[in-house]
Amino acid sequence: MKKNNSLLLSTPYIIWMLLFTLIPLGVVAFYAFTDPATGEFTLENMNALSAYLPVLWESIYYALISALICLLLGYPVAYYIAHRTPAVQKFLHMLVMLPMCMSFLLRTLAWVGLLQDTGLINRFLDWIGIGALPLIRTPGAVILGMVYNYLPYMILPLYSTIVKIDGRLIEAAEDLGCNGVQTFGRVVLPLSTPGIFTGITMVFVPAVSTFYISQKLGGTDTVLIGDVIERLFKQGQNQNLGAALSLVLMALVFVCTDIMNRFGGSSDEEGGVIV
Amino acid sequence: MSKELIRLQDLVMEFDGERILDGINLYIKDHEFLTLLGPSGCGKTTTLRIIGGFLSATSGSVLFDGKSIGDVPPYKRQVNTVFQRYALFPHLDVFDNIAFGLKVAKLPKAEITERVQEMLAIVGLRGYENRRIDSLSGGQQQRVAIARALVNRPKVLLLDEPLAALDLRLRKDMQNELKRIQQTLGITFVYVTHDQEEALSMSDTVVVMDKGRIQQIGKPEDIYNEPKNAFVADFIGESNILDGIMLADYKVKFFGRTFKCLDAGFEANEPVDVVIRPEDIDFVPVEEGHLTGTVTSVTFKGLNYDIIVDFKGFKWLIQTTDFQPVGATVGIRLNPEDIHIMKKSEYSGMFGDYSSYSAEYDELVEDAGDEEE
Repeated sequence: MKKNNSLLLSTPYIIWMLLFTLIPLGVVAFYAFTDPATGEFTLENMNALSAYLPVLWESIYYALISALICLLLGYPVAYYIAHRTPAVQKFLHMLVMLPMCMSFLLRTLAWVGLLQDTGLINRFLDWIGIGALPLIRTPGAVILGMVYNYLPYMILPLYSTIVKIDGRLIEAAEDLGCNGVQTFGRVVLPLSTPGIFTGITMVFVPAVSTFYISQKLGGTDTVLIGDVIERLFKQGQNQNLGAALSLVLMALVFVCTDIMNRFGGSSDEEGGVIV
Repeated sequence: MSKELIRLQDLVMEFDGERILDGINLYIKDHEFLTLLGPSGCGKTTTLRIIGGFLSATSGSVLFDGKSIGDVPPYKRQVNTVFQRYALFPHLDVFDNIAFGLKVAKLPKAEITERVQEMLAIVGLRGYENRRIDSLSGGQQQRVAIARALVNRPKVLLLDEPLAALDLRLRKDMQNELKRIQQTLGITFVYVTHDQEEALSMSDTVVVMDKGRIQQIGKPEDIYNEPKNAFVADFIGESNILDGIMLADYKVKFFGRTFKCLDAGFEANEPVDVVIRPEDIDFVPVEEGHLTGTVTSVTFKGLNYDIIVDFKGFKWLIQTTDFQPVGATVGIRLNPEDIHIMKKSEYSGMFGDYSSYSAEYDELVEDAGDEEE
């Protein structure tokens, strides 16, 4: 009886998943293995992907660098928030989430305004006598855009892991001879690994497949895998090749997530915050 | 007697304008098992945390071996702690938990292994080296916590209500175990508990605390037999406490009668508190008794009956194996050694009346449930 009810209640979602996730996925797979001209089964698209390997590596590289910077910036913030009084924690938590209330596209465009050659930053640099610098259309700008947009996804799981570390464990470590640095290295850091791996996954996955950030902030030489896929589809060059590339990217994301989950141990239960 | 190891001088602790400790003076001898006993909020855990270095007192000093250690951080003190609910490291197995302090001290690997094995044998956990902490029972976690502290060979082991989370049976076993370990290793134990029975059965010295002040320090027998005031008399075991007047040395008057007692040194006609322990009272036939009363309630306790007897409107608790039905008229005799005289204190009149017998028990249960301070 109860089982039937829950199945009934989840039916709308199952239909939704079927219509808008599974079937489109099937279509992507179908395109990936068919010839654009004849519509027959072919492995040609997959074979052609080797040309895109450098782009794929570059995308992974950018996403990993961004995830690492997010970790280095985010960990101290998460640690700081977790050690405030509950009221302050709530407020700071809200501040971290605040940028996410605004459209991702708008936020990235705002950076264009700031970074461009006649933008706010360069005008300021000009004014204090340093002179305008090439900021936009650089790899640095792309990394900046990724870090800026995805930092909250790093801070929140870290925070929710660190806040759960029992204060008495820290006292126990001190009691057993650890100074501040040793306490951090032997107790706090190991106990925050689930949050670290969840955070890295949550930054890496959207960063590796983004195309908007690299298009707006990157130069013509910064082409990421997301850009390539978008171009193959939108400019109608080769939808079948685009589908193949999407499939590979998705597989890559799955593999990365799985590896992270393995490292993180119980990250599913402890990493917690998925926004 | 062995030498003094720790001395607390005029310790005052204030927190948010509230006085948690109000002038604690105490010295702890080497190799001693000393217990800080009191209800929750009495300041016993605060005192322990000051010795451990996790809190610093608002004023007053802590001397270790004659030297002030007020500014020494916890990791540099020759003291280790067994925390309330153990605080074991969940990311390490049993071996690494116990080895934690030794690894931090960078001891050679062979020595670490040897000392951990030795500790595992002492706490009876041989073969558990590679077990995860969350796969252990409460009693086993307790043993790991003790081993983790003792393996560092501290001069003093601080124990903060270590048995509070265990069930009664296990608690009794661990009491014996702890006492055995303390005697085997000859380490000073400073033990915090709200359980008077635990304190009496394990300690060399009991320090009874309430409201941030020490009420009495003494051997368990002395604390029980010669409580200093109504609070101690009531907190350590059950007590009937009556108003009396000390007529002269060895002569006290209460309930309109004069009784012989063993106490002296009071002023003539000084008002005093008279303590009579419930287990010291025996029923006698009415005509032989000093006092006559009516039984109003009987509770079977296993070892004995708790019988409430109404003497002229004042209800006493009497613990006896001699059953009397509700409504029976009974007589009692009071021998001089059954009567203990205390000076009047701020606690006079607050304890020792069993008119609201059940309420008294509720209070005790509440106390036991609330171990955090």
